[in-house]
Formats: sequence, structure tokens, C-alpha cells
Amino acid sequence: MLQASGIAKSYGGNDVLRGLSLDVERGELISIIGPSGCGKSTFLRCLNFLEHPDAGSVRIEDVTLACQGSWSRANEAQAHRLRAHVGMVFQSFNLFPHRTVLENVMMAPIQVKRVAREQAQAIACELLEKVGLGAVKERYPDRLSGGQKQRAAIARALAMKPSVMLYDEPTSALDPELSEEVLSVMRALDEDGMTQIVVTHDMRFARAASDRVLYVEGGEVVESGDPDLMFADPKDARTRRFLRTLL
Amino acid sequence: MRALFSLLMLLVFLAPQLHAEPVVVPGAKDATDLPWASDGEANVPYVFHDPAHESRITGFEKDLVDALAQKMHRKARFIQNDWDGLIPGLSRDLYAMVVDGIEMTPEHKAAVLFSRPYYVTSERIILRKDETGLDTLEALKNHKVGTLKDTTSERMLHRLGGVTISSYEEETNAFSDLRNGRLDAILLDAPIALYYGAISDDMKLVGEPIGSMEYGIAFSQNNRALRDQVDAALGELIKDGTLHHILARWNLWTPLMANYTGDMSEPNIAPDEWNRYREAMASSTGSGWVFLARRYAGFLPLVGQGALMTLAVSGLAMIIAVGLGLLLALARHYGAAPLRFVAGVYVEIVRGTPLLIQVLFIFYGLPAFGIRLSPFVAGVLALGLNYAAYEAENYRAGLLSVPRGQMEAAIALNMTHFQALRLVIVPQAFRTVVPVMTNDFISLLKDSSLVSVITLTELSQTYVRLSSTYYDYFGTGLMVGAAYLLLGLPFVRLARMAERRLGRGMGGMTGHH
Repeated sequence: MLQASGIAKSYGGNDVLRGLSLDVERGELISIIGPSGCGKSTFLRCLNFLEHPDAGSVRIEDVTLACQGSWSRANEAQAHRLRAHVGMVFQSFNLFPHRTVLENVMMAPIQVKRVAREQAQAIACELLEKVGLGAVKERYPDRLSGGQKQRAAIARALAMKPSVMLYDEPTSALDPELSEEVLSVMRALDEDGMTQIVVTHDMRFARAASDRVLYVEGGEVVESGDPDLMFADPKDARTRRFLRTLL
Repeated sequence: MRALFSLLMLLVFLAPQLHAEPVVVPGAKDATDLPWASDGEANVPYVFHDPAHESRITGFEKDLVDALAQKMHRKARFIQNDWDGLIPGLSRDLYAMVVDGIEMTPEHKAAVLFSRPYYVTSERIILRKDETGLDTLEALKNHKVGTLKDTTSERMLHRLGGVTISSYEEETNAFSDLRNGRLDAILLDAPIALYYGAISDDMKLVGEPIGSMEYGIAFSQNNRALRDQVDAALGELIKDGTLHHILARWNLWTPLMANYTGDMSEPNIAPDEWNRYREAMASSTGSGWVFLARRYAGFLPLVGQGALMTLAVSGLAMIIAVGLGLLLALARHYGAAPLRFVAGVYVEIVRGTPLLIQVLFIFYGLPAFGIRLSPFVAGVLALGLNYAAYEAENYRAGLLSVPRGQMEAAIALNMTHFQALRLVIVPQAFRTVVPVMTNDFISLLKDSSLVSVITLTELSQTYVRLSSTYYDYFGTGLMVGAAYLLLGLPFVRLARMAERRLGRGMGGMTGHH
């Protein structure tokens, strides 16, 4: 349901992504791991075109955007269509601080999809209930813990009914016990059949929860496959070295 | 301000004459209208606000214009304008003529068209009552002498040499300085000397009248037709004794005038106006709480009117400043390169030039391109355009203070750029700029005093007028100051409320920005 191919990107002559490709089946949970600066976050941000790749194409559901060269107005319009299928969660939450949690979740459906206010509120309340924030939905984001903020951010993305969720290091800013709140929400979504792609440093989560793991280094996919097999017996020397330094 | 007056006169002189066909009575509403201008601040006994009835205009020049209008079968209509704006207003066709004790010097003759003189006078020396000597021009050497800027008396003192000259813009300030000992003497036109120096208990006129100069009515260069009409009417007023009568009532008929007009008659005319003014001044120099309370209560309607004007100008200007400022800030922050450049240049030019120049330019300069704005519109526009530049920088700082992730989150939620700005970025930026905006509005409120140079009578102008009429800079100053404070306070409160409302959920940011 998601197909990215040949995604390339360079900053000032420095190749950050050297033609990455990825095929995702509906309902898969994919973890992307790799050392800092390997390009895994940039790759994720290219999937919904927050970052404009120099070359490559992305297809999500029935929308395809292939780009080559400079970013055009037509590209932006197509990216807008494509983003309708994608939800994204950031490391630093990026909740809107001037709106309550409930308003954060309701805003995009009302403004972007023109959903009626009552309906948007019903959906938002249900989602907040689901991520365990029913009791704090009237609070402003600054009154929430980090874990609560990230769960609110997940609910906000889900409110747009995406077919795939992207997570950019969703737990890196959180203490371990707060991370667990977030990860359990992601596991629950996986059980519901949500397609999810997670850039993470949490190897335990990557190994235990993923259907597939991608190891990225130097702007390339070095190795990908079943998490247990990869963690137990990495094929590539670079993967082996990376996993060894972590353990 | 008198230096500015000369500068503006020069500008008018240099400006290309754009009207091909002379307009006989510029600024007139119909064929029977005779609009004329003067600076009604202080200015006793020329044109001034009657101290007994503050809203009534009086003065010997007022009587002269009324008599001229009657001869010409027109109706005189008085227009108040600042001294500096009087001549530029002529070329802007705000009125047909200026009557304000303008000396017929060669410099002035180059800038405007003059009627024949309507008054010939000389300079007089004024001293404190206890002072002796100093009764000739020569005797003033090595003393501190006050006078008005850009006048014959000032040039006399310069020519004399060895005098420490203090040149004032308002005669009332010179008289206070003579009283408190900062000056040893004052040299001024005889009418002023008579009406200020001779009236007060602590000053006196000494010596003989010195020199001679002439006052003329000023017209714009291309208005020869009206000038000729007025000259003819003035000639008749001289011949039939009307001018003599008017001047005698003001106690201003002198041998110099008899010489000039050839009218040696000595009719028995009571100096009614002179007496009326002296009585009004005597009764207005009372003391005690009741007296002062009654006087200040009498000022309230004028101060209220001035405050309304200040509020209207500032409020409308702020609306322009906020709207345009936001557009400029967005253009500089998110716009394409050419747009960023244009916005940047606008901000730099407007911030880099004085507001006074901008006000004068918009009011007197733009008509050269066929854009004629009313004083009110010009004032609002000048202030609004000026403050927009400051607001733009303020908002830009606000936009910069919103983390990048906010825009990314909005885009990831599939908002358009515009939706992201409207719903996410601007509201957060706004929160951080409210305290600065409050400051800006309060300084705008104060800067609005500059629009008085284009004939708008707002609070500061009201202060200048009241204080110089009553020589009361203290009490009226407190009143007008209080009016400014009262105007500003609601906005400070409003801003606090806005801060609190917008500040919800941004607790960490309260109290600093």
C-alpha cells in the first residue's frame, strides 16, 4: 500500500539519501534503525514530503508523486493529496500549545476535511479515550506529561483517518516508563491493523513489535528483514557492528 | 517651528507651479465664500481665541478680514492652521489667503504674493518693572534679549551684535523667561509688546518705537486676481476710515499708520477691544480653588474634543498599522524573494525617516502627484504607514519565536500554508507580541500630536492653545497629561486581558517575550 523507490536527497553536495526504496504491506509495522545522521529521519520525512527529495517517487494508496529536480506548485498539490493518507508523529510532539488537547485533535478534521464540529468532537473524544487521555482532554498541552503529549499527538494524527502512520523517534524525548505508554498505544494500533513506520532507537521495541526492520547507514538500506533473525544474526558487517555497540 | 516655516516657504517657492489655470478663490465652497487661515494659538492681538469665550475667534486681523469680505460681498470663513503649515496650505488650496502678521520681507515675497500692507509697525523693548536703562537698541548690547525666530527684531539684534539672543517660537515663553530672570529684555513687534508686556503688572514698555516693518496678506503666487480684488477692497477700507476704526478699537492706531495712510484725522474712537481684552485677562488671573476649578471645568469640552480627535486618529492608525504590519511580516518571513525585498525596503525606509517628514510629505507632498488627502485621512495614513513598519518588525520577531515544528505539524496534518499561518503560527506569534504592541499603541497615542502640523486640533494642539492663551502651562499641562493617561489606560488593561486569554496553555511564556 506504500511504495517508495529511489528516494535521493543531498544537502550542499552531501548525499544524505542515496536512492532508498521501501515496500510496505497493509497492516505492517516497520522499524527503521541506524546510527545518528544515517538519513533515517530524512527518509521518513520524504515519505510525506515534509522534506522534498531530489529524486524518487512515493505511492500511497492511489496517489503517486514522483519528483525530479526542483519542487513545483504541482508537486505541492500532489503532496497535499498524498498527505491525506498519512499521519505523522514527531519526537518533540509539536502539539499546538494555544489549544486544548481536544481542540488539537479536532482542528484538522474541521479545517481540512470540513467535518462538522459535533462529529469531529465525537471522533476526537473517542480517540482520546482510546489513547487513555479521556480525563485530560480539556487541558492545555503544557499541563501534560511527555508521554501524555505524545499520545495526544498520536490521537491528533489518527483523527485524520490516515492509512499509514509515520513516527519520527516518538520516544526519544521520553523517560523509559513514559515511553512504554506510547509504545503500548502503537502496539494496540498494530493489533487493529494500522500500517506504521517507526524511526526508533528503541531496539527492544524494534525487535519485539516490528514485522520488519530496516537497517540504514550512509543513506542506504544496508539490510532488512525479520527482526528476530536480524538481531540474532545480522548478515552485513555494518549491521553487526551497529548492534554490537548498542548491546 | 519658525525655522520650519521658512523651510516650507522655500519648498513652496521651489515647487513647480502645477496649475495651468489660476483658481480665483481656492478652497472656496461657492462664489460667496472667502476661506482664510491663521494660526490661532496665542497670537494676541492678531487672531486668537477670546479668553472670555474660548470657542470664539477674535483679533484685529479677524475684524479686518470681516470688513474686507463685506466689501467684496463674500463671507469670510476662518481656518485654523499651524504657523508652519500656513503657506504650504495656500498652495494646497486649503484656503485662499493667510493673514497672520506676516512680515513683507524679501524672502517671504519670493514665496508668496502679498497684498498692499494692511499694518505698519515697529519694534518695542519690554523690561521687568523694576529694571531701568536698556531703553534703546544700543543699550541692549551685552545683555540677554529674547525675541521671536525669523523676525525683523531678530535680524535687528543680529545686526547690532554683542547681544545674547534667545529666539522663541511662542512669545508667551519669552515673557515667562523675562519674568523669571532668564532674560534682561525682550524686543518684539509693537502689537505683541502692547498686548503682552504693557498689560502685565510686572512688565513695562520702554523707549521709542524702533524701525518699521509691514504686514501683508499672503496669497499663492498664481492668485493675482484675488490679490487685486483684496487690494482694491483694502484701499477702500483705508479711504473710508474703516481700517482706522478697527485699529483704534484695538488701540493699535499709531503715527506710523497715519503716515502710511495719509489719514491724519483723530476721531474719538473708544478702544473697546483693548479694554475688553484687559478685563478678560484681569478676571482670568484669579486664584483660589473655586476660581481654578471653574476655569479648568471650562476647559473640559475643548480638552474632550482634542482627546476624541487624538483617539480617532490613533485608533484608526493602529488598525492600519496592525493589518499592514502583519502582511509585511508575513511577506518578509514566508514570501518569495522579490516580495521579501520590497517589504524589507519599505520597513527600512519608513523606520529610517522622521515621522514629521512623513506627515508633511503625505499632506503637502503627494498633491504634486494629484493625491489630495484631507488632513484627517493624511494624518491617519501617515501614522498608520509609519507604525506598520514597527509592527512588521515586532510580528516578525513573534513569528520567529514560534518553533519550526509547529509549521511542520500543521503541514503534516494536511493544512495549507495559509491555514497553518492563520490557525497555528499567527495566534502563537500574536501572544508574544501583545506587550510590545501595547507599548507601540501608547507611543502612537503620543506621536499623534504630530498631526497638529497639518491642521488637526488634537490634544497637544489644545494644550498649546489653552496654555498660551492663559499663560498657564502648569494646570492645563496636568489636565492634558491626565487626558493622555486616561486614553492609554483602557488599552493597557485590554492588552493585559488579551495576554491572559492568549496566554492560556502558554504558561511558561507569561511575563516575558
